[in-house]
Amino acid sequence: MMKARGDLPAWVDVGLIPLLNLIVALLFAGLVVLIIGENPLTAMWIMLKGAVGSIKGWGYLLYYATNFVFTGLAVAVAFHAGLFNIGGEGQAYMAGIGAATIGLGLEFLPWPILIPLAILASMIVGAFWAWVPGVLQAKRGSHIVITTIMFNYIAISLMQYFINYWFRPVGKMAVESREITGAYIMSFREVAREFFGVRLSSSPLNFTVFLAFLAAFVVWYLLWRTKLGYEIRAFGLNPNAAVYAGIKPDRIIMVTMAISGALAGLLAVNEVLGVQHRLLLEYVGGAGFVGIAVALMGRSHPLGIVLAAMLFGLLYQGGSELSFAIPTINRDMIVVIQGLVILFMGALEYAFRPMLSAMFFRVED
Amino acid sequence: MTSPAIELIGIDKRFGAVHANNNVSIAIGQGSIHGIIGENGAGKSTLMSILFGFYHADKGEIRVKGQPVNIRSSSDAIAHGIGMVHQHFMLVENFTVLENVVLGAEGGALIGPALAKARTELQRLAHEYEMDVDPDAIIQDLPVGLQQRVEILKALFKGAETLILDEPTGVLTPDEADHLFRILGTLRDQGKTVILITHKLREIMAITDHVSVMRRGEMVAHFDTARTSVEQLAEAMVGRHVLLQVDKGPSKPGEMVLEVKNLTWKDKDGVARVDNVSFSVRKGEIVGIAGVSGNGQSELLDCIAGIARPASGEVIFEGKEIGHLADPAHVRAEGLAHVPEDRQHRGLIKEFDASESEILGWHNDEALGKGFRLDRGKVLARAKAEMEEFDVRPPDPLLKSGKFSGGNQQKIILAREILRDPDLLIVGQPTRGVDIGAIEFIHKRIIRLRDEGKAILLVSVELDEIRSLSDRILVMFAGKIMGELGPEANERECGLLMAGVSKDAA
Repeated sequence: MMKARGDLPAWVDVGLIPLLNLIVALLFAGLVVLIIGENPLTAMWIMLKGAVGSIKGWGYLLYYATNFVFTGLAVAVAFHAGLFNIGGEGQAYMAGIGAATIGLGLEFLPWPILIPLAILASMIVGAFWAWVPGVLQAKRGSHIVITTIMFNYIAISLMQYFINYWFRPVGKMAVESREITGAYIMSFREVAREFFGVRLSSSPLNFTVFLAFLAAFVVWYLLWRTKLGYEIRAFGLNPNAAVYAGIKPDRIIMVTMAISGALAGLLAVNEVLGVQHRLLLEYVGGAGFVGIAVALMGRSHPLGIVLAAMLFGLLYQGGSELSFAIPTINRDMIVVIQGLVILFMGALEYAFRPMLSAMFFRVED
Repeated sequence: MTSPAIELIGIDKRFGAVHANNNVSIAIGQGSIHGIIGENGAGKSTLMSILFGFYHADKGEIRVKGQPVNIRSSSDAIAHGIGMVHQHFMLVENFTVLENVVLGAEGGALIGPALAKARTELQRLAHEYEMDVDPDAIIQDLPVGLQQRVEILKALFKGAETLILDEPTGVLTPDEADHLFRILGTLRDQGKTVILITHKLREIMAITDHVSVMRRGEMVAHFDTARTSVEQLAEAMVGRHVLLQVDKGPSKPGEMVLEVKNLTWKDKDGVARVDNVSFSVRKGEIVGIAGVSGNGQSELLDCIAGIARPASGEVIFEGKEIGHLADPAHVRAEGLAHVPEDRQHRGLIKEFDASESEILGWHNDEALGKGFRLDRGKVLARAKAEMEEFDVRPPDPLLKSGKFSGGNQQKIILAREILRDPDLLIVGQPTRGVDIGAIEFIHKRIIRLRDEGKAILLVSVELDEIRSLSDRILVMFAGKIMGELGPEANERECGLLMAGVSKDAA
């Protein structure tokens, strides 16, 4: 019989190990920068300064983080039910239909009614796009990983069709809808200018960031303070025990996927209603997949996800500054660096664990 | 004086904060059967794993026939003539006996010569130790008793002089167990050494020459079996005086609570694992279902608890047919509590803290939070109260369920189910892997529930447990109920029915 080693203290688990992983990831990234003949310290300084050295930098960081919180939460909720929803990308993309349909179709409504309706519509469409794979898994045994991937591709094609044939105004060349004016979520910059006469440097950060924090809290409450959350976690950890407890697997799979999709759908609120103010092609831009890394790194806990989303926001914003400042470090290099972080923080999450626990117990003895 | 076959001197092993073996020393005489007993978590398995090379001791020395040896892997152990028969067999199910025996000793790229050599060797061993087994039989077609024999032959084939058996009788009928003991006796007479790890004191008394007792990682006593008693051993194991006999008055059966009529359940291959079973349970009585593990008891419990859907027949609980619903939540709401056989995989969720496991299945109770809410304060309060009442140690509702010992995990589950004040408690293997002290407690609580006028259906593979707790005994074999016996039935009567020999034939 194997016996588990004693547990590491919590601060090692949630503090020291992620920090170590991050340091190692940055060391490797530095090595890559070194290989192409640039100074890694300079590069890192530019990244940091670009992301957290100015109000504009912070604005972008939080704007990116808003998207990643939504998609990270979506992945995490499904994780807790033992489901690997990698269709956040498609769910967030499809949700744009909900946001744009309400935003353009019900323009006559006053904004305090219109915006909540548009948010709700985004969630419903996102939920639907995840619920269908959930049904296929629950009733037909089709694996959710396969179906959600396929649904990502279906979403891409469908959106091309919808935007081209439904939303694009006659005579407009660009493949995008006309501007959404009623359900317009203002950016902080616009609010500062309109109401306070203050000039802020330009960034797309808008009120949706509060919705992201709210969503993180709601997810925490759902999972740890409700009966449904209890059932989701029980089913995810031990399906046999869940069945013994009278929890219905089919129901949990479908409900959890719908919640997951609704969370991913909130990304459309940030992008369509808050930043682009129109429905356009490919606005998700990979945030759905980043959500997987964010959820892994945040240990599927809402607080961890908020922190991880901010780290990725930093990498995105700092990365684009870096590619401006040092042309040899182009967009692809940034992707390599982000990939290294994902590799060490997500996939190699436990690489240092055995070593640390060996050290720890030697000290304790 | 010849040196002992195996000597362990000052073995010390820690797992983090757990001191699994604390300066353990033991000498095992050549050509003897040496029993090692102790409660769960006493360190028996760790000690044997060190001897067999799964773990490496932090301190201490192993000597084989007086020579210090360094055992770093199981192949080292085998090279030093130590063989092990695990509790869960390490056999390839769809290989033949012969193929399993040569596994790990194939020698060379072609399997033919090794098989031919093994065949003659196997015949010699089978003859010498009276262990007949068809070398060409497929393992999964053999009964458990024979599979175990293959495990022993495998060890002997690899040249084992010392054989370690870990809980070997858990899966055997009394008859098969007797046969095993005869084989072990023969092995001893031929000069082999046998180490027997068990928690069944009766077996220790029946077969061993010497016995060593472990408690909390330490070796607390050595006895010559002939000069000790069951009571003395139990006391050494637990560290205090233990009541081995269950104290209970006669039952006063009342009205019918559960009636099972012609119940049949088929697996996905269409084999009837529960075959036309009928019986009833009344208020104020304990009905025990005896049988060797795997004869349909688990499936029967699942059908009653709503986890499995019967193919045909009825489950009538308090006048209502519930079998066709196959809904555990509904069955619970009607007043049926269920302690599952497999507590690790069903009864609780190891990653949940104790308070969360304490409400598993009953989490929709309005008393734990109105509507959709689950009130953390109320959950913790309930867990704390229930853990205290059932003396769960440590009484910490925030500790992860998997961190409790087997006995305490079982108490968590029993507290959860018994304290819901059910009309019927169905309980599977209430004391499997549970230490003696906890067994005593669990048995008392089950009898107390009966005396409060509740109905209890008990399934256990421990015949002693069935006989001491039950007011009526049903014996299951191959999905059928072979017969009903009174609590005074002797072991032989039960054993025959468990082996599938009906009363009329006997």
